[in-house]
This record gives sequence, structure tokens and C-alpha cells, in this order.
Amino acid sequence: MSRRLPRLPFNPWHLVLAPVAFVFALPLLWMVLSSFMSNAQINQFPPTIIPDSLHLDGWRTVFGDSQFPRWFLNSTIVASVTVISNLAFCSLAGYAFARLRFRGSTLFFLLILLTLIIPFQLTMIPTFIVMDKLGLVDTLAALIVPALVTPLGVFLMRQFFMNLPKEVEEAARIDGCSRLGVLWHVALPLAKPALSTLAALTFLLMWNDLLWPLIAISSDENSTLPLGLTTFQGQHTQDFSAVMAGNVITVTPVLIAFLLAQKTFIQSLTSSAVKG
Amino acid sequence: MAQRLLGENPSAWAFVLPAMVVIVGLAIVPIGWSLFLSFNSADLIKPAEWVGFANYEALKDDPGLRDAIEHTIIYTGLFVPISIGLGLFLAMALNRQMRFIGIYRTALLAPFIASVAAQGVLFSFIFDERFGVANAALAELHLQTQGFLGDPGQALYVIVLIGIWGGIGFPLVIYLAALQDVPRELLDAASVDGARRWAQLRHVILPQLVPVTVFLVVWQTLLSLQLFDLVYATTRGGPLDSTVVIVYYVYNQAFQLFNAGYAAAVAYVVALFLLILVGAQLVYSRFRARHA
Repeated sequence: MSRRLPRLPFNPWHLVLAPVAFVFALPLLWMVLSSFMSNAQINQFPPTIIPDSLHLDGWRTVFGDSQFPRWFLNSTIVASVTVISNLAFCSLAGYAFARLRFRGSTLFFLLILLTLIIPFQLTMIPTFIVMDKLGLVDTLAALIVPALVTPLGVFLMRQFFMNLPKEVEEAARIDGCSRLGVLWHVALPLAKPALSTLAALTFLLMWNDLLWPLIAISSDENSTLPLGLTTFQGQHTQDFSAVMAGNVITVTPVLIAFLLAQKTFIQSLTSSAVKG
Repeated sequence: MAQRLLGENPSAWAFVLPAMVVIVGLAIVPIGWSLFLSFNSADLIKPAEWVGFANYEALKDDPGLRDAIEHTIIYTGLFVPISIGLGLFLAMALNRQMRFIGIYRTALLAPFIASVAAQGVLFSFIFDERFGVANAALAELHLQTQGFLGDPGQALYVIVLIGIWGGIGFPLVIYLAALQDVPRELLDAASVDGARRWAQLRHVILPQLVPVTVFLVVWQTLLSLQLFDLVYATTRGGPLDSTVVIVYYVYNQAFQLFNAGYAAAVAYVVALFLLILVGAQLVYSRFRARHA
């Protein structure tokens, strides 16, 4: 087909990809730009894309009389604690399932596979009751405890260790290293790609989650960013620039992490396909 | 004695214990607990009261639930084929050596990384009936302005649109990875045979993508059937309950109306359906692996 057309000075696929990419990027760009507009300008007709001058009212509201800094801190705490605990506990369990034979290992691994395919809405009601009985409802612990270890993480680490050649580890065993020593000194340094996949996935899920915080948290001060943002939006329906500034705060950390480690994120997404 | 009880590696138990405590306590036990709740009348405060199959009887003719199922099916029926089709097309477009490819890929993937709550908040402004840029742009083009998220007849479709904007990244990435795995020799062999572009696509590339497409159909369907965050962040089920989907309905029954027993019964029926779906895919991939 292209033979009959006059040759373009550039690849014709640009004609498809450039507009599509622009349409996909536009809402996020508009989000950032409108956070620097005045509300009057956002409501202005016809709409404008570029701020007429730098308005910081929205940002002032967000940092002044809102809980966004607090929510940012809460989200950071929840995401970092769960990332660290997942790295530790999923490695331990994944390694044991891959390398050690112990009573109940098959049964336990089947249980993990089962929980992988159970949708969250089935377990959320009893999980809430458990958190209530433990007295954790409306604390950050209610967000952290259920996510300390994720079945997907155990599964990913097991798959990785299964594919790791045993020979290196056996040499260390002969040198008198304990199982834990082998895991720490030999297997984990080799597992860096799997560990960064697990970290990226856990961070993404925890930072972005809305449903469980909505159920488990009832006070403003213990909210995470997605929960706080939706509440804030409900209370400030007309204060566009402030809501957009809050939105930027919610989205920016993951976007920066994504831009810096795009390869890791893409790997995490494709590796979750292994699960099917 | 300990040896016999714990197997040949008693210390292995120390490795899995923390993981198993969390997973058994907060995933396995709740699965059974939900089943128990579904046979009870429970409001999360008073002790549960056994009602037998009453909850399951009730859900058979509950108009609210029927509407929620209908909305979920509409969303799924649109989101799954469009996101997969568009994802495949864009992956093929991106799967080449040219300038700016990295920028294009980043632009298409970025929405997927952003929290769905933030996506919803962003688009409820863009599609705001009176102040949104979408209507402003329509007016600028002298077109009829729309109700969008404020119109019971449109809201669900607007949510589908936002869902595709935010969800395209996943099928895109999966197809890009799968396309890299299409053996070079196959493509070369086909072009030696003089296969035209289209024939090459139909007979060489697409057959290679069948397994990954099956996976994506199941995965995107699971996602759609569990839609919640986007609805909560945009319409909270409105206007006039026109965007209440199944998980929103379960959430509302359990945590707003305190019909936890009934909500558990609904969740169980839906989960059973999802299990059948996943089971079918597993059987398919096993079958395929054996006959490959």
C-alpha cells in the first residue's frame, strides 16, 4: 500500500501514534496545568489550556488547610512498611516452597494458589470483622496487617527460586552455610530482578488502593491519599485548582517512580501474567 | 519425634510461618467465614443469626442486584473487547524501531500507573456538566453539550471510556512482551514466501498471540467484574443508581446498609462465577501446553 503513496519524510506510523499518545497524555497534563490556574480561569469560557499566570491558590489550600501532607505521610508509611515486609516474608516463604521439603508444603502451597484467585470482595467483610476484633479499625495497622504478606508475592518468589540453578547454593551448603545463610548470601543477591518486581508491584497496589482504606478507615487523619482525595473532592466540589493540586500530589510519586524505573514496572506487569 | 511431625526440614517451618499466619488468618479463614456469614443475618454489630438459605433466596429477586449485574455486564462487554483490541493495535504500532517510540509508550502507560481514584477525580472535572472542559470543547465546536457523568443514560459509558483510558496500559504491555516472543524466523520465512503484510499478520503473528489473548480476556474480565474504585471516585453509583456495579452493591449492602450476611451471599455467587472463569482458562492453558 505504501508503495503507491508518495513517500513521507518520516515513518507513517507517527501519524497514528502521535495523536493517540497526545490524547492519552492530555488529561494528566491538564491536571498539572489546572492546578496552577485560578478557579475563575478553569471555569472560563472558552476553556484555556495554559495558565494565564502562575496561580498558587490551589496549592496553598492543599498545604494550608487540608490534610494532604498527613495523607501523604500515611500513604508513605503504609506502602513502605508493606513493601519491606513483603520482600522479607515472601522471600523466606518462596524460598522454602521452592527448595525445602517439609510436611504440609504441598497443602500450604495449594492454599496460596487458592487465595490468589479469590476476589477481594469475598474476603473483605470477614477481614473487616477480624480487624475490628483486633481493635485495629481506623488505624494504619488495619491497612498494613492484611498486606504484610501477599500470596502473589510468595508465588512470584517461589517461581523465581525454582528457576535458579541449585549448584551455587549447594557449594555454599558444603562450605557449612545454614539455609538462612544461603538465602541471604547466595540466593537473594541473585534475586534482585524478582525483588524489584515484587517491590514495584506492592508499592503500586498499596499506594493506589481505595476500596480497603474506604472500609477500614473512618477518620480524616488516618486516610491515605486516594481515600483522602475522594473525600476532599466531595467537600470542595467547586474548588477545582485545589482538588487538582491534591490529585497531582497523589499521582506524582508513582509517576516519578515509573519514569525512573520504567523497565522494572513493565517487568512487574508482565510477570503478573505468569500467574495465569 | 519432631522430625516425624514436621518432615525432614523442621526449620523450613520458620521460613513459611510468618507468611502462613497472615495468609491463613486473613485470606483462608475469611473465605470460610464469608460462607458462614452468607447463611446468617449479620449487621457487623449484633451477633449473627442463622437464616439458612434465606439470603440466597432473596438475591434471586432483588431488582437492585439485577440492575447492578446488568451494569457490570455492559461495562465488561465494552471494556474487555475494546481494551484488548486497542491494546493489540497499539502494541503492533509500537513494536518497531522508530523515533519517539519511548515517549509514545510512556504516554500510553502513564495513566495505568496512576491511582484509579485519582483518575476518577480528574475525569469527574473534565466531564463536569457545567464547568468541565469536555462540554466547553463541545460548545466551542457548536455541538450539543452533554450530561456525561450527570446523565443516567450516559454515565456508565463515560466510565467505560475512563476505564479504557486508564486501563489500556496492561494489555499493551502484555502484547508488546508477547510480540517480542514471536520467533524472528517465522516472520522471515513468511516474507520469503512473499506473504503480504496483512497475510503475515493473519497467518503468522495472530496465531502466536492466541494464548496471551485468552489470558487477557480472562484477566480483563476479572478486572471489569470487580470494578469499584472508578465508580466510587466519579459517580458513587449515581445518578439514579445508573452506575451501581456488583462490587459497589456488595460494599453498599455490607458497609452502608449493614446487611453483611446478604452482601456475603452476593459476593459468594459472584466469586463462584469468577472461579469457573479462571478454572476454564487453566484447563485451556493446560490443554494447550499438552498439545503444543
